[in-house]
Amino acid sequence: MTDAPDHRPTMAGITIVDRMAQAMPVLLVPILLVLGFLAIGNPSSWLTLTVSGLAMGMMIFIMASGLTLVFGLMDVINFGHGAFISVGAFVGISVVLGLSQWAQAPSLVLNLCVVLLAVLAAMVVTGLLGWAFERVIVKPVYGAHLKQILVTVGGLIVIEQLIHVIWGPDEIFFARPETLKGAVTFWGAALEKYRLLAVAIGLVLFIAMRMVFRRTKIGLIVRAGVENGEMVEALGYRLRLVFVGVFIAGSALAGLGGVMWGLYQEVITAGMGEEMMILVFIVVIIGGLGSVEGAFIGALMVGLLQNYIAFLEPKLALISNIGLMTAILMWRPQGMKPVVKAK
Amino acid sequence: MLMTLISGDRPRSRVLTLILLAIFLGLLFAPFLFPGVRSLETAARISVFILLAASYDLLLGYTGVVSFAHTMFFGMGAYGVGLASQQMGRGFGALIVGSLAGAALAAAFAFVIALFSLRVRAIFFAMITLAVASAVAVLVSQLSQITGGEDGFTFQIPRALGPANRMGVFMGVSITGKILNYYLIFFMSLALFLLLLRIVNSPFGRVLQAIRENDFRAEAIGYRVVRYRTVATCISAAVAAMAGSLFALWLRYVGPDTTLSFEIMLDLLLIVVIGGMGTMWGAAIGATLMVLAQTYLQDLMGSAAEATEALPLLSRLLDPDRWLLWLGVLFILSVYFFPTGIVGRLRGGH
Repeated sequence: MTDAPDHRPTMAGITIVDRMAQAMPVLLVPILLVLGFLAIGNPSSWLTLTVSGLAMGMMIFIMASGLTLVFGLMDVINFGHGAFISVGAFVGISVVLGLSQWAQAPSLVLNLCVVLLAVLAAMVVTGLLGWAFERVIVKPVYGAHLKQILVTVGGLIVIEQLIHVIWGPDEIFFARPETLKGAVTFWGAALEKYRLLAVAIGLVLFIAMRMVFRRTKIGLIVRAGVENGEMVEALGYRLRLVFVGVFIAGSALAGLGGVMWGLYQEVITAGMGEEMMILVFIVVIIGGLGSVEGAFIGALMVGLLQNYIAFLEPKLALISNIGLMTAILMWRPQGMKPVVKAK
Repeated sequence: MLMTLISGDRPRSRVLTLILLAIFLGLLFAPFLFPGVRSLETAARISVFILLAASYDLLLGYTGVVSFAHTMFFGMGAYGVGLASQQMGRGFGALIVGSLAGAALAAAFAFVIALFSLRVRAIFFAMITLAVASAVAVLVSQLSQITGGEDGFTFQIPRALGPANRMGVFMGVSITGKILNYYLIFFMSLALFLLLLRIVNSPFGRVLQAIRENDFRAEAIGYRVVRYRTVATCISAAVAAMAGSLFALWLRYVGPDTTLSFEIMLDLLLIVVIGGMGTMWGAAIGATLMVLAQTYLQDLMGSAAEATEALPLLSRLLDPDRWLLWLGVLFILSVYFFPTGIVGRLRGGH
């Protein structure tokens, strides 16, 4: 019998530095907030900008979440996602315009009803559209990235042009429902009511999504599917069905984002989805492909940074997002929280 | 001799050879065969777009990388020539400096973008180029003191290339500087096209094709995939910028709509897919078809829309402004059912 080896195993805990590095993506948003506060210096303007940045970020997150999940699950990159944003906006705003009596009534309940109906209509239509899109456009080209990009770009164009055919070629201007106009004053900062609503909706949605992913079985399957699809299928789950479900949900979320963005801008164009896609892609890339939490952090950062920079140095605002993306990719080439293993 | 010129890349189909010959001769004798301002305009546009599509095919068809920034590079060349002519005054020096500067800038941009995106996953490239190209397009329209904003600006080209320079009559056509300009564009495009043909048929081009087919295996054999993809991106960007310079020279105008718009990007995608990805000949046929269709088919759609005015929906669908709709449908269908394009079909589906 030989003696046990002489050394003692040591259990080294994670050092503070490692812990910080792990938590860094989550800490980036508060850091950005503090930096913004220091750079702007004026608490009330800072608050106004922060709320508008958060509202913008939440809306971008709503649009981006579906895209990143679809990619994570099935390795499908959908350039046509922007079309759902536009369609959602047009359907939703049509509802708002159709119920203009309710929308112009100075009653909060009626106004919220209009918004709710608009959102529901938009989500149903874009969900159905997403289902058709998956069937017709995406399904035949699984596994071929090149063809996916080409075909989904084609789909984007066709849907955008169909919007022109149905709703006419001009942009549509409209007014928000009565009680959502204007701002409330808080500590000397003017906060637009609608932006507060947008932040609330975004937060609720994010928490709900997190709950679904962490607490339910379907969430577990989706998360597992993103990490290792083959294994999930080997366990007997039909990932294909899950994927179609996620695709439909993602499209419906894009529609929701479209309505909210339309109400925020008070003008809609057929090309708005395409324009938003740029930001959505940036968010998805810096968040890490397939990661909902990464997309959330990325969206907030993009929203906040764009608003701060637009206040501090308007000329730079145009390239602030590209700058942010470059910085993040230099720091973490896979994005902040990559979930998808290199396939 | 001819074989050396086309780098041994024969069309490999009799019909294809005839079509290509027709395109070549048509463009070569365009001022004499089809006199008139509009047809010369079309011929010049075809020459430039053949070159542009060929440079895009180097990326999409040969390397298997999707870029949405190709019009950005195209625009860099165009704005290079435009700004140089504006600042340095009209002259050939300005043209050369402008186009070289544009090409260098395009190659540098392509290098940086490639470094950031191709290093990780090729699919990043599509998204990042889309983001960067749109940012540049916005930037160009915002910096209106320099770029003329949305309106763009006109500039003067050397007197020798202008319509006022009359050099006599040949074969019943009065030879003006405009025709000289056309031939400058035609021969420059031809030379660069042959250069691209040389590149794709070199060992370097072979490696690109290997990467397209299976990048993992190419890496395993010992080729640095990222390096090859990056070099291909830079070459493609520089040639696209050259095409942009030629286009600006022809139009004597640069603006976002003619050089940077997303619509041109879609035209390019369609040209390469319909013509046949992975063959330079496909780019030539696709570009010719596309420009001809754009020039003459849109008129046809206009009259069709008028004819069907009684049916509101149909008439709206046929409106010339909805040109993109049909382009999109055609695009999807050709990716599904026609993946090898016209060239692949003519070669008998090899």
